[in-house]
Amino acid sequence: MTAPWEIYADYTLRTVSLGSAALGLVSGALGAFAVLRRQSLLGDVVSHAALPGIVLAFMLTGAKAPLVLVTGAALAGWGAALLVMLVVGTTRIKTDTAMGLVLSSFFGLGLLLLSVVQRTAGAGQAGLDRFLFGQAAALVGDDLVTMAVLGIVVLVVLTLLWKEFKLLSFDPAFAGTLGLPVRALDVVLTSLLVLAIVTGLQAVGVVLMSAMIVAPAAAARQWTDRLGRLVLLSGAFGALAGLAGATISSLVPRLPTGPTIILAITAITLVSLLAAPRHGWLAGVLRAASQRRQAQADGVLADLYRLAAQHPDPTRAPHAVDVLRTMSDRAGVRTALRQLAAAGLAEADPDGRWRLTAAGAERGRVLAEGTP
Amino acid sequence: MSAAMLEIMAIAVVTAAGCAVVGTFLMLRRLAMLADAISHAILPGIVVAFFLTGNLSSPWLAIAAAATGVLTVALVEALTRTRRLREDAAMGLVFPALFSLGIVLIARQAGNVHLDVDAVLLGELAFAPFDRFAPGGVDLGPRHLWLMGGISLLDLLLVLVFYKELKLATFDPGLAASLGLAPVAIHYGLMTMVSLTAVGAFDAVGIVLVVALMVGPPAAAYLLTDRLGALLGLAVLLGTVAAALGLALATWLDASIAGCMAVGVGFVFLVVYLVAPGRGLLAELRRRRRQRWSFAEIMLTIHLLQHAGQPEEDDEARIDHLHGKHVGWTPDFTRTVVAGAVRRGLVVREGERLRLTDSGRVTAGRALSGSA
Repeated sequence: MTAPWEIYADYTLRTVSLGSAALGLVSGALGAFAVLRRQSLLGDVVSHAALPGIVLAFMLTGAKAPLVLVTGAALAGWGAALLVMLVVGTTRIKTDTAMGLVLSSFFGLGLLLLSVVQRTAGAGQAGLDRFLFGQAAALVGDDLVTMAVLGIVVLVVLTLLWKEFKLLSFDPAFAGTLGLPVRALDVVLTSLLVLAIVTGLQAVGVVLMSAMIVAPAAAARQWTDRLGRLVLLSGAFGALAGLAGATISSLVPRLPTGPTIILAITAITLVSLLAAPRHGWLAGVLRAASQRRQAQADGVLADLYRLAAQHPDPTRAPHAVDVLRTMSDRAGVRTALRQLAAAGLAEADPDGRWRLTAAGAERGRVLAEGTP
Repeated sequence: MSAAMLEIMAIAVVTAAGCAVVGTFLMLRRLAMLADAISHAILPGIVVAFFLTGNLSSPWLAIAAAATGVLTVALVEALTRTRRLREDAAMGLVFPALFSLGIVLIARQAGNVHLDVDAVLLGELAFAPFDRFAPGGVDLGPRHLWLMGGISLLDLLLVLVFYKELKLATFDPGLAASLGLAPVAIHYGLMTMVSLTAVGAFDAVGIVLVVALMVGPPAAAYLLTDRLGALLGLAVLLGTVAAALGLALATWLDASIAGCMAVGVGFVFLVVYLVAPGRGLLAELRRRRRQRWSFAEIMLTIHLLQHAGQPEEDDEARIDHLHGKHVGWTPDFTRTVVAGAVRRGLVVREGERLRLTDSGRVTAGRALSGSA
């Protein structure tokens, strides 16, 4: 029996997993800003649009060096983002339409070029198509170095301009009044996003990269309301998904890396949506149930007070549970009474009839009459 | 053009028509990115139905895929309703997850020659003519032509029958609801048609082209007309033109047909974007320049009016004075402005001096009183 982590003794698997984790970390951290700034789908545009850049870079240089391809991808991705802004800024076409248009034309161009290159360039082009769905297994030391450098650049800039980016994301108008160069900051932050996307393309592929931007941030958003924690957590989720996805896809035959990583991050997001404290679905259900119980208890307390108020001393007038049941059409009167007893607002006589305590009488009066 | 090319063109035309019809409403409802989301997300539905029936032309595929498409929309809306995710983030989360699921399912079932990852993205338009529709041994043409023709005809018929309802629900959902038109039913009906069109088109032309044909032609047509009927017609026409251009390009370059057609869509949009009367980039630039000149001409009339009848009028009304200390124009600029103002009858030239006409006085007065 070997320990599970011993699979990482394998050099290739370690390279691949580390690389994918690093990509997840960077795209997760930048994705937090993208989601806050409603640029979730811009990631989709940039990643699809990177394809023609990659193929063109290869056609022009004949090289498959990671830095060359990443530069091509970044330029094309940036161009696409600018084109979307230009079309939206100068026509009445809305952002969603402009994005769909630019995304599909650029991606079509990428596929066109890819089909030409595959036919004409011989064996030299082999591997370009791994940019479609990602092939982490093809990551080598060179790729890792490029990714590490780009990733560190992105994270360092993010740290240095943290305060500015925070302001830009939450209140750009206020940032402007403070004299911050809003437009330049916007350009820098969007550029970082483009860089984060193009570094991840090798592992996840252009088709699915947008999910690596959106999903970690969406998951992290369920756990916290603070930007610092959001970015850290989002990066951690991205890294975890990259690690898990790359490992699983390396171990299981015929499992493409990109989709596996995306399914991993989707699982993390689903768990977060369901189980996160405070914001999660489960927390919401529990909160609603507890509020319902509270309302029920308040209602029964008010009923008990109305009955008791007919007597000279409210705390000396016990009433049967059945009487209380007829006063409210809600179920769970007995549960509510037990809750009231636990809170010291009502108590049961030995014969099973209920009456108010002094505190219960006071609170019941407030509830029934509406004045403190 | 060979018979096969004609058949490919015919398939492309009916696909473009169906996509343009549903795409127009997607664009007007600002849901263009749903074309991207739905066309990706239907994949697992297609794959599962294919595994169950073992037949790519089974009608169950269309039904399963359409159901998956509607499910995607419902999921996005459910996630948005939790208010923990915005709509764009929800979309960016749901469709990559479903698409990944489809890709993983396909990859795990290697050996199924009919379904592979490239075909999903690119379609197999080049092979479409080999897939015949021959009931009882009588060859009636390519199967895809009948399939897509049928779906597009259905799109068209439904839009014609529910034209009024769709129009109202798109432009004024509030009024539509108050008239009892059930906007939700119309919305989901439209989404069903989008899914059905996507699944029909996907098999022949691939996801990329589905998105391009749904978003691009309506966007280009939107720059040319304000009327819904003309918008639909123009979108179909431009989609057809784009498909024909793409096919010619693909033949010339011997490249991916779907990729080339998507590029054709981008090209058609670019041309319309540049030269569209009134709304194109050139018209916009011309308008902005005209505004600059007309503003300068108004400034000129105001300047002359201010000094009319004053002792310094002689001096101030001289042309060379305008590019002196008071107005600060350059000599060239002044010359053009004066020529324009003379041509429009705002001023008359008397040697080196300018005099306001009645019309110029009115123009200046109006500008000063703020009721342009």
